[in-house]
Amino acid sequence: MIAINNSYKQRIKSLQSLIALVLLCLVLTVLTDKFFTADNGLNVLRQTAVNICIATGMTLVVLTAGIDLSVGSILALCGAVAAGLLKNGIAIPAVDTYIGFTVLGVVLAAMIVGALLGWFNGLVITRFNVPPFVATLAMLTIARGFTMLYTKGQPISNLGPQFAFIGAGSFLGVPVPVWIAAVVVLIAVCITRQTRLGRYIYAIGGNETAARFSGIRISNIKMIVYALAGAMAAIGGIIVTSRLDSAQPNAGTSYELDAIAAVVIGGTSLSGGRGSIWGTVMGAIIIGVLNNGLVLLNVSPFWQQVVKGCVILLAVIIDKANAKQD
Amino acid sequence: MLVAKNITKKFSGVIALHNVSLELYPGEVNAIVGENGAGKSTLMKVLSGVHTQYDGDIFFYGEKVRFGSAKDAERAGIAIIHQELNLVPQLTIAENIFLGRELVSTWGTLDKTQMRHQTKKLLQRVNLEMSPDTVIAALKVGQQQLVEIAKALYTNAEVIIMDEPTSAITDKEVDNLFTIIDELKAEGKIVVYISHKLKELFLKADRYTVLRDGATIASGKMKDIGQEELIEKMAGRKVVIEKNVSDVIYNDPLLEVKNVYLKNKENAGSHLVNNASFTLHKGEILGLYGLMGAGRTELIETIFGLHPKRSSGSIAVEGEQKKIRTPARAIASGIMLVPEDRKLQGLCLDLGVRPNISITVLKQLEDGGLFLNRKRESDLTTGYIKQLNIKTASQETLSKKLSGGNQQKIVIAKWLAKNPKVLLLDEPTRGIDVGAKSEIYKLIKELAATGVGIVVVSSEIPEILALANRVLVMCEGEIAASMPIAEASEAAMLTHAIHKN
Repeated sequence: MIAINNSYKQRIKSLQSLIALVLLCLVLTVLTDKFFTADNGLNVLRQTAVNICIATGMTLVVLTAGIDLSVGSILALCGAVAAGLLKNGIAIPAVDTYIGFTVLGVVLAAMIVGALLGWFNGLVITRFNVPPFVATLAMLTIARGFTMLYTKGQPISNLGPQFAFIGAGSFLGVPVPVWIAAVVVLIAVCITRQTRLGRYIYAIGGNETAARFSGIRISNIKMIVYALAGAMAAIGGIIVTSRLDSAQPNAGTSYELDAIAAVVIGGTSLSGGRGSIWGTVMGAIIIGVLNNGLVLLNVSPFWQQVVKGCVILLAVIIDKANAKQD
Repeated sequence: MLVAKNITKKFSGVIALHNVSLELYPGEVNAIVGENGAGKSTLMKVLSGVHTQYDGDIFFYGEKVRFGSAKDAERAGIAIIHQELNLVPQLTIAENIFLGRELVSTWGTLDKTQMRHQTKKLLQRVNLEMSPDTVIAALKVGQQQLVEIAKALYTNAEVIIMDEPTSAITDKEVDNLFTIIDELKAEGKIVVYISHKLKELFLKADRYTVLRDGATIASGKMKDIGQEELIEKMAGRKVVIEKNVSDVIYNDPLLEVKNVYLKNKENAGSHLVNNASFTLHKGEILGLYGLMGAGRTELIETIFGLHPKRSSGSIAVEGEQKKIRTPARAIASGIMLVPEDRKLQGLCLDLGVRPNISITVLKQLEDGGLFLNRKRESDLTTGYIKQLNIKTASQETLSKKLSGGNQQKIVIAKWLAKNPKVLLLDEPTRGIDVGAKSEIYKLIKELAATGVGIVVVSSEIPEILALANRVLVMCEGEIAASMPIAEASEAAMLTHAIHKN
C-alpha cells in the first residue's frame, strides 16, 4: 500500500511542471480568447525555441552541479562568427586565398566555436579548480569582448534568404526554430537517458566523490558537458542571428538567466544530480506562455518581470518542500 | 572533582555507553583508555554537553549538573580540545580566542588592543611565540592545539579534556604540551587525557579508567598497574566469532606493495604512511588492523590512486609494475576499493539501485558503443540483487532508502560486476546489523576462494580474526607486524598497534 502511494507521489512529482503548464494555459484560455489558437501556440514555441536550446545545455551543466553564465555571450559571439563568415568568408591576402562558406558551413563553424569556448570553460574548471560560477562569469565577459572586437561594435546584416530560412522559415507548418529546438532536446534526452555520458553526468552531480571512487574520469566528462552547453548556445546564436537577419554585438545579453530560470522551474536541482531535460523544456515553455499571456492581458512589461521572479521562487520552494518529504 | 554516575547513552537503539561511571580528580591527569569504539569519545561528548540526551547523573564539585549544550558546559568550566581542532582558519589567533566573547570598548566597538594584549599573555603561558594577529591557517597543527589550550585558559576552564592531543604533533611540541599539562595540574585543574600511546600515559597520567564496549572495566592509580596488565584490560577476553583457521599456504603473489609513503598534508615532514611494504597473494584475505590514525585507510587509498601528489612507492599487480595515479588507473589494473564511508564515497544516494551497480560496467552494456542496453543492465542488476540478497523494493528504489547493510552490498556488487583481482575493503561492516554482517563475511570468503586477493581494514579485532588468513598491524603509519592467523590474538594485535617506543 505504501509502495503504491510512493510511486504515485513520484509520478506526480515528475509531472509537476507539466501540470503547472496545463493549469497556466487553462487560466489564460479563460481570461483571453486570443491565447488558445494554433497561431499563438506556434508563436509561443517560436519565441521559446532559443531559450530551449540554451536551457537544454544548461541543464546538462547544472546536473553535474555546475553552472554556465557564459551562454549568452557565447551565443552572441557564435552568431557574429556565423554572420561574418557567411558575408565575408576568410580572406588570407598573404597567400592570396579566399575561403567562402555555405550556410551549412557557417552553422558548423559557429557550433565548433561554441563547443571550443565551452570546452575552455570546462578546462579552467577542472584543471585549475576554479568554481564554475567564476570561470563562466569570466567567459561571459571575454566572449562578449571578442564579439565586440569581431563586429567592431556594428551589426553584421543582410545575410541572404537561405540563412534567413533558419530563423524565419517554416517546415510542415511549424517554424524551423521549433524543429531545431526539438532536435536539440531529443539529442539531450537521448544523452541523459540512454548513454554512458548521461549516467556519468547524474553520478557526478549526485556524488562527485563516489563517482571518482567508481573510476569515472570527472574532468573529461565535465569538459564534454561544458562543450555541449557551448555548442547548444551557438545553435541559439544562429537562430537569433537568422531571425533578425543580423548579428547584433549585444545579442543574448542576460539570456543565461532565462536559461537558469527554465532549468530551475523545470525542477532540476542546482546542487546537481536530480532533474531532467523534459522538466527544463516545460520550464522554458512556462516562461514563454507567461510572457505571452501577460502581453495578451495587456500587463505592463515591468510587471512581467515581477511575475517571472515570483514563479521562479515558487518553483524552488515547492521543490524544496518535496525534497524535505523524502 | 567531576563525577559521572551510571551514564547510559543510546543511538537509535544501539547502546554506546552502558552504566559508565567515572571519577575525575583535580590536580591530576586522568587517562581514559580503550580500543576504538570503546565509548571514549561518546563519554567525553556527554561530559562536554555535546550529547544532551542520556541517562545517569553528572556531579561537578558535588553539584548535580546537566548541560543543555556545549556552550552551557563551557560556561560551567569544561573545555574540550578535539582531535579535529575547532578554530576558524581565516581568523587570527586573537579573534579565535575571543570568538563569541569579544571585548568591547565604551564606544561599542571592538577593543582590539585589549584583546591583543590578553592574547599575548595567554600565548606566553602556552609557550607559543606568535603574534596575536597571525591567522590560524598559517599555524601548524601543534601550534593550533596550543591556541585551543590558550582559549581554555582564557575561559578559566576547570576541566580540560584532551582527545588524542599528541597524534599529529612533533616530539618537541609534545614536550611543550607536557610542560603545560604540569602547570595545569599545579593549578589544580582536572586534566582528562585520552590517548593510545601507553608510553605517554605512564609518563604523565596519575589515574586511569579503562572503557571497553561502552562499559567501565577498571580504574585506579597509574602507579599500581603495568603496561601488560593495562593492555589486557583493554582487550578483555571477548568471544571470537569462529576464528578463521586454515593452513592453506598462499604463495602466488598478486599485489606487491613496496616502500609506500604518504606525506602528511597538515604536518610537513611527517608521514601518514611510512615505508609500508607487503605482498598479497591470490585467494588470500589480509586483515589490516590498527588504531585510529594508524594510517590503514590512507594506505589502501594510496594503493587505489587517491593521493598521487603526496605519495611514493611501487605497486605491482601479477608481477607487473603499475603507475597508479587515479582510481580509474587502479580499477584498470584490477584494484578496487569499497570505501570507508559508503554514503559519501560509495554511492550516489539519489540514484536507484540499478545505476549504482552498473556504473562501473556501463561500457560493456553499450550496444554498438552508443546506447545502453537496458535489458542487459536490468538482468545484471537482478542477478546481483539475488546473489547478494539485497533487500530492495525494486531496482529503481533510491539507494538512500535502503538500510546500511544493503547499501554496502550495492557497493560490493558494483565491483563484483567489474571482476576485481584485488578488492580492498575499508571497514566493510561498520554500522551494519549482524545478519548482513555475516552475509558479507560469507561473500568475502567466497570471493577469496575464486582467487581474488582481499584486504580487509577493520577496527574490530573479532572481524579480522574471523576473516583473515594473515594479519598486518599498523602503528603510526608503519606496518608494525605481520602474523599468520594462527599466531594472531587480540592481545598480540593490540600490543603491536599501541605505540610504545
